[in-house]
Amino acid sequence: MSSKVASMRDAVADLVRDGDTVAIEGFTHLISFAAGHEIIRQRKRDLTLARMTPDLIYDQMVAGGVARKLIFSWLGNPGVGGLNAIRRVTEGPGASLEMEEYSHFGMVARYTAGAMNLPFFPLRSYFETDLPKVNPLIRPIDSPYGDGTVYAVPPLRPDVTVIHAQRADAEGNTQVWGLLGCQKEAAFAADRVIVVVEELVEGSIIRADPNRTIVPGIVVDAVVVEPFGAHPSYVQGYYDRDNRFYRDWDPISRDAALTDGWLAEWVHGLSGRAEYVAKLGEERVTSLRPSAPAPSGVVDYGEYR
Amino acid sequence: MSEQRMPAPAGPASASASGSAGGFSRTEMMIVAAARALAGQRVCFVGVGLPNIAVNLAKRTVSPDLELVYEAGVFGAEPARLPLSIGDPTIVTGATAVTSMLELFGYYLQRGLIDVGFLGAAQIDRFGNINTTVIGDYAHPKTRLPGSGGACEIAINARQVFVIMRQSARSFVERIDFRTSPGNLGGAENAARIRREQGWLGSGPSVVVTDLGVYHFDASGEMRLDSLHPGASLDEVRATMGWDPRIADDLATTPAPTADELRLIREELDPDGMYTK
Repeated sequence: MSSKVASMRDAVADLVRDGDTVAIEGFTHLISFAAGHEIIRQRKRDLTLARMTPDLIYDQMVAGGVARKLIFSWLGNPGVGGLNAIRRVTEGPGASLEMEEYSHFGMVARYTAGAMNLPFFPLRSYFETDLPKVNPLIRPIDSPYGDGTVYAVPPLRPDVTVIHAQRADAEGNTQVWGLLGCQKEAAFAADRVIVVVEELVEGSIIRADPNRTIVPGIVVDAVVVEPFGAHPSYVQGYYDRDNRFYRDWDPISRDAALTDGWLAEWVHGLSGRAEYVAKLGEERVTSLRPSAPAPSGVVDYGEYR
Repeated sequence: MSEQRMPAPAGPASASASGSAGGFSRTEMMIVAAARALAGQRVCFVGVGLPNIAVNLAKRTVSPDLELVYEAGVFGAEPARLPLSIGDPTIVTGATAVTSMLELFGYYLQRGLIDVGFLGAAQIDRFGNINTTVIGDYAHPKTRLPGSGGACEIAINARQVFVIMRQSARSFVERIDFRTSPGNLGGAENAARIRREQGWLGSGPSVVVTDLGVYHFDASGEMRLDSLHPGASLDEVRATMGWDPRIADDLATTPAPTADELRLIREELDPDGMYTK
């Protein structure tokens, strides 16, 4: 099997196209800021950005001018406040960014329908709420078995899904531990998949612990090795969430000029993640390492010949 | 709104809208009252912000066997520090189970395994219907709020819903601008019928804890003030609600936080005053 290892620059240039629906998934954990920044750097245009929680990465991408539309379920800076760059283009009479919103389970259900090649996915949410009134894609359906009504959401099939992971091999067999979010569903739902990892490992490492594989290489198009590529989000066992950055972003993002200045300095002014990490500095990076190791126990799969 | 801690003992003079009552802040009282309401509960779905600290306080006081469920995909969390975000690595290490979000929302929440779901609100009405989506018109909102997240499905599927939020005339309103999460709809009878007919496992809102008092819902499905926090007045309650609130005939005074509860909040749960300052 040929290696899918690519640079972030090449992976984004080859696999992300203007007008695409792009899902950079990862629920607070494993958010590929490195891929988001590269999409901004390459000045992609008219993207539909799908994510359960747009988080700072989509705030930055909207500020960076790559987005036409957002598909989401919770729009905020977790524990801090709002996403101010997005608010600037979604509030008041001048609102310019198109929005399509769901609940968390609705977004997960959409990816799941996409991953399973189903025409819709049923759930008990949305009854007696105003969400179906503002999003006509959320529709009631009667059970074919005559025991009630549920709501349906349509499949979400991103053109490109990007996920960040602890490790993968060169074929794209990808392992994650810690919060799993909906990355598996988003990857299987997508036409093209970019996996960004902290470490590239031999296939034998993957095969020694197959229960930990969430995405097999068969659905992966590119493997990008980008240590610290999820900062300021985190990677379980590798580095902590940089809560200071999440707080610092609030005043920056409230001011359009400061936001542009930040993008000029930290995105357009840098060639890629390695320079970003160097600019962040050793002290900041070290401060985010786990305070102590907490290894899992070892399980024995046994050998059967 | 910032609050100053007053030295104990403080007289009624300190009990103003902006101040605090003897030796503890109103935010601390609200967190303590919410934590106490969790006594006897088993499985609790934890939300971001104030619910997070209230639930973690309950686990250290009235409800040590409480199973903490985080929507990010954790059952039986044992957080060693108070997370800023609900998706912090500390909720994973040492937990009973980590699941995909499909499993968490499908197998745990929609299946009916959650006893209490905590919700906050930008707006709430007398029947406990909640708005966390927009202030103003949806297409061109005055304020764009975060939206549902998991709130809509928690309101429908959690066996009971607890609400924790500060009171203000802007948030306790006669009519919410958008219904993100259903409460008692237009009244208890109608709500119970719809919940039964649709096969919802949740019975809706049961407790609202604010910085001024504790509310439950009466037979008609309307919020009723059952307990007033020390230092708060009925005038303040009325001034911070968009409707004339029902008040229990036997209105109680919420017992003040104990020294142990305050120590846990200040020294263990929120030493930087992130939630309580």
